[in-house]
Amino acid sequence: MRLQFIFSEIWIGLRRNLSMATSVALVTMVSVLFLGLGVLSQRQVDTMKDYWYDRVQVSIFLCTAKSDLPNCSAGAVTDAQRKEIRSQLDAMKPLVKSVFPESQQQAYDRLKAQYKDSPSYRDIKPDQMPESFRVQLSDPTKYDVITSSFIGAPGVGDVQDQRRILDPLFNVLRGLSYGALSLAGLMVLCSVLLVATTIRQTAFSRRRETGIMRLVGASAFIIQLPFILETLVATMVGTALAIGLLWAMVKYGVGYLADKLPVNFITTADVVTVSPWLVAIAAGLAMLTAWFTLRRYLRV
Amino acid sequence: MIRFENVSKTYPRSSQPALRGVSLDIERGEFVFLVGQSGSGKSTLLRLILREERATVGNVLVAGRELSTLPSRKVPELRREIGTVFQDFRLLPNKNVFQNVAFALQVLGKSRHTIKAVVPETLAMVGLDGKEKRLPHELSGGEQQRVAIARAFVNKPAILLADEPTGNLDPTTSLDIVRLLDRINRTGTTIVMATHDDEIVDQLRKRVVELNDGELIRDQHRGVYGAQR
Repeated sequence: MRLQFIFSEIWIGLRRNLSMATSVALVTMVSVLFLGLGVLSQRQVDTMKDYWYDRVQVSIFLCTAKSDLPNCSAGAVTDAQRKEIRSQLDAMKPLVKSVFPESQQQAYDRLKAQYKDSPSYRDIKPDQMPESFRVQLSDPTKYDVITSSFIGAPGVGDVQDQRRILDPLFNVLRGLSYGALSLAGLMVLCSVLLVATTIRQTAFSRRRETGIMRLVGASAFIIQLPFILETLVATMVGTALAIGLLWAMVKYGVGYLADKLPVNFITTADVVTVSPWLVAIAAGLAMLTAWFTLRRYLRV
Repeated sequence: MIRFENVSKTYPRSSQPALRGVSLDIERGEFVFLVGQSGSGKSTLLRLILREERATVGNVLVAGRELSTLPSRKVPELRREIGTVFQDFRLLPNKNVFQNVAFALQVLGKSRHTIKAVVPETLAMVGLDGKEKRLPHELSGGEQQRVAIARAFVNKPAILLADEPTGNLDPTTSLDIVRLLDRINRTGTTIVMATHDDEIVDQLRKRVVELNDGELIRDQHRGVYGAQR
């Protein structure tokens, strides 16, 4: 079959079934948009994790004279205890990448710098702040080793891993991305069913053409091709719209947040990376649905 | 060209066979009228030739192919050697005369050059030159059937099947259509025409095959519609 004839048949078919083709394009757009959002939010979580895990530290808070922590009943940390903790940390290399001692004054200065406008911390004094060792790990997932080694040790008030603060946030984000993917799954099911119904309806409305094609000896492939290509065109229009929307959302929405917040965000480059997969999934599903539906409803 | 060897056909969900034990030989270039009452099995016989249906029992051979063992992917090749005309013309209403006939070649992948040469020639042969741009609803019944015949014949098939082609036409137009089929037959195309039109059968005096309740009850050379005449 000549290309020109195929294209003219597709054009006629799309024009005749414009409303159905539009609905296929729109439902595909919404499905691919959700799919894209799900995939991009997974990438966002990974990007944030990479960013934060590089920066998170395990903090070993030492006892101060005013500590009311159970392990600090003996009073403030002594020099000997401080040295012992430091030498233990040094012995734990290479897991311990680096150690930053933070004095009470440094802790106070950092708090004041971070919350300079907050009235809650206005009356706080340097001697109320805990002295600490900020420990950076070469493998942040092994923070348990530090916790188990130092919790309850003489002079240690508490051991805190910043991951514990970040992980719930990541879990929420991950949950949201799974939510988007589940919604995408539902929408993909909707679009598959809509494509199947559209093809059924189109096959019925064009039964005279296909009947003639069959009688004059056109092969099954040639009879099915215009249906498959029409579905593909409508699906690809929807996918292109979805990718355009994702690009705009990342460029202007995420881009705006990236300017305001000190966090690594996904960029339009991530949209470009996931787009071929979205196109492949949409095209593959459309062709598979078309093929199955035609086998069932189009006599060839 | 067409051979039925003790062919029976029973449709699913039907207790009565549509054809029973039919044996028939149609030579290349023959013109055969297939007659019989409605439900006698005429259309089933044509559908078996087209491999729209498979015989339940027996063998059907068409253009050197045994249809019971013919794989589905080879069916289009078979159908390219068969043209088909129906009582209801089955033209595409949104395509003009030229496009309707060209459609049969386009779907077979014929070049634009071939189509431009062959379609006008075929339209002239069926007496439709000058009406290429008309849409089906702008034509009379007879003209529409000529378009359908042109579409069936444009690929120069070895066999032309006509299922009640004059069923919707007046007697004069019907005779014109059958004369056209006769002309096509004289080019060497085998014609099998199912009909109820006794006047035409009696006038042309071709071979007549009569079916009754799925059984072949008469095969008469230079026959007439009713055996009693």
